[in-house]
Amino acid sequence: MSEMNGKYPEDMGLRDAPMIEGEHDYGTVTDKIGSIVLDRPSPRQWYIWGGIAGICLGSFLVSFCWLIYKGVGVWGINNPCGWGFDIINFVWWIGIGHAGTLISAILLLMRQRWRTSINRLAETMTLFAVCCAGLFPLLHTGRPWVAYWLVPYPNALAIWPQFRSPLVWDVFAVTTYLTVSALFWYVGLVPDLATLRDKAKHKLAKIGMGIMAMGWRGSAAHWHRYEAAYLALAGLSTPLVLSVHSIVSLDFAVSIVPGWHTTIFPPYFVAGAVFAGFAMVLLLVIPIRKWYGVADFVTMRHMDWMAKIMLATGLVVFYGYLMEMYYAWYSGNQFEIALASNRLSGDYKFWYYALIFCNGLAPQVLWSKRVRHSLTGLFVVSLIVSIGMWLERFVIIPVSLSHDFMPSAWGGYTPTIAFGDVMFFLGTFGIFLGGMVAFVRILPMIPMSEIKHLLHLEKHESHPAAQAETVA
Amino acid sequence: MHTSKQEPTIFGVIAEYSDGEAVLAAAQAARDAGFKKMDAYTPYMVEGLVDALGNKDDRVPRIVFICGLIGAGLGFLMQYWITGVDYPMNIGGRPNLSWPSYIPITFESGVLVAAFSAVVGMFGLNGLPRPHHPVFDAPGFDRATRDKFFLCIEAEDEGFDARLAKEVLLATKPDSIQEVPNL
Repeated sequence: MSEMNGKYPEDMGLRDAPMIEGEHDYGTVTDKIGSIVLDRPSPRQWYIWGGIAGICLGSFLVSFCWLIYKGVGVWGINNPCGWGFDIINFVWWIGIGHAGTLISAILLLMRQRWRTSINRLAETMTLFAVCCAGLFPLLHTGRPWVAYWLVPYPNALAIWPQFRSPLVWDVFAVTTYLTVSALFWYVGLVPDLATLRDKAKHKLAKIGMGIMAMGWRGSAAHWHRYEAAYLALAGLSTPLVLSVHSIVSLDFAVSIVPGWHTTIFPPYFVAGAVFAGFAMVLLLVIPIRKWYGVADFVTMRHMDWMAKIMLATGLVVFYGYLMEMYYAWYSGNQFEIALASNRLSGDYKFWYYALIFCNGLAPQVLWSKRVRHSLTGLFVVSLIVSIGMWLERFVIIPVSLSHDFMPSAWGGYTPTIAFGDVMFFLGTFGIFLGGMVAFVRILPMIPMSEIKHLLHLEKHESHPAAQAETVA
Repeated sequence: MHTSKQEPTIFGVIAEYSDGEAVLAAAQAARDAGFKKMDAYTPYMVEGLVDALGNKDDRVPRIVFICGLIGAGLGFLMQYWITGVDYPMNIGGRPNLSWPSYIPITFESGVLVAAFSAVVGMFGLNGLPRPHHPVFDAPGFDRATRDKFFLCIEAEDEGFDARLAKEVLLATKPDSIQEVPNL
């Protein structure tokens, strides 16, 4: 199947295509996915990306230490642009994380079986993306070593966090999100860890997997409670993920800065998060499925669905851009109108038009089946969308701050490069890529137990291909 | 009743099957034969198996619901006590009990506590972590997480008789039947 290289046979409608391709039984599923972790040497690309992640991590360490030593002055933030790369990147990374939760939780509740092949990878992406995201506001506080002040605990200063501030809501939302995502991810892993424990030949792998599997033995009573807990976690994560990005958007919308103070922000931010997240999932999945030969499980049907979700959320985001302009005009407020015209014709207009191209126009090619079924096409669109979503936050944050009410308070924003904003941003890719590289090596990237369940369902249900097989 | 004197260390009798339907049918047959203490071991969740075995337990969702309410309630009270009672402060002219601004954290704390309760409750009721269990000694049991389905009638069952258990299981056409030692 892998030599098909993304091109789906024309005579086979994608709607009826099986979600697991090739000839598989429970054993081969275990072997195919489990042996990536246990036996198979890593492909060359794994080393290359490990190396790139290492370089990025180096850049992270250097810029992190410099930041801690000198303070946030090494970043390009200034007055009036107190929020720059730090908050752009925070919102960008956390938005990326949201697709993981969407795939694992919302699609589970909606009984979308196609989620099964990609949910583990997407959840892992969420974990590392949220880690990257969390770093930015933490370090942006300037004194991260007293970040625990954000936690309400009785203290000698007799002060408490300001619970009426969205920034404090954010602390609770992001930490809860990271914790719940980690729990969800780990619970999903437990049966697979048991599978690897039983499959492993190497003593170290057996012990390591055994400890992490907690003695899981696949008991029917356990499975029943497990399923209940897993569904509960999905049910909790679904409103959680919506709340997290809504609260992130309230960081802006609750203020009175022109361009931020609109009620459309929560849904518009959530759609943008899902949009960017699916783009990142595609960017990860397209190469990984090829290098690890798991195209039987992550089929073109999955790509097609993800592309459609990207298209739908992209349209919501584009609607958001149009509405921002409409609101500015309809409000009749001179500051809102000035901001809108500043976006269209001010110092940063190039970035605004680039944003419209990346998020508004480029994704429209996904209407075409040919693009949705071409891995190269999807990869390019996803890359453009990822850049576009970053630009969106750039346009919203420093561009709005640079021109607020009084011309005497206007300013500009330029990020610092060496040892500053750009290097630190690159550094967070080290955490993200390094995490993903380590993950595909040491943990099963596709949930084996769920694939087996899916295999069972596909075999026993009214599936034209499967039925023909049983008859013959 | 007939707990065989010559094998006092037996944990149970285990039968191996190759697919979910077979183990489901076997569980039903064993239940019909009067066995109560049994469990099945499968590589994925087989629907209806707990009903057939009669060991369904629906406590997890209730735990999650109650803990979620407790978490949300505590989150709200914490904010109210801090901003309304312990250190009231005028923030933009809002009243001390400005409940709408407490909603996000109330929700987040509810979700956090509920999620922990789901995980802790599930593992706790399952008796995990438990590194060792007698069924792990059943021959070929390492395939229970791979591609085989097992049904074990446990010796603790009051009507347990190893011979009868074997007979009942044999009628369900398993791939193999073994005794599980109780080490």
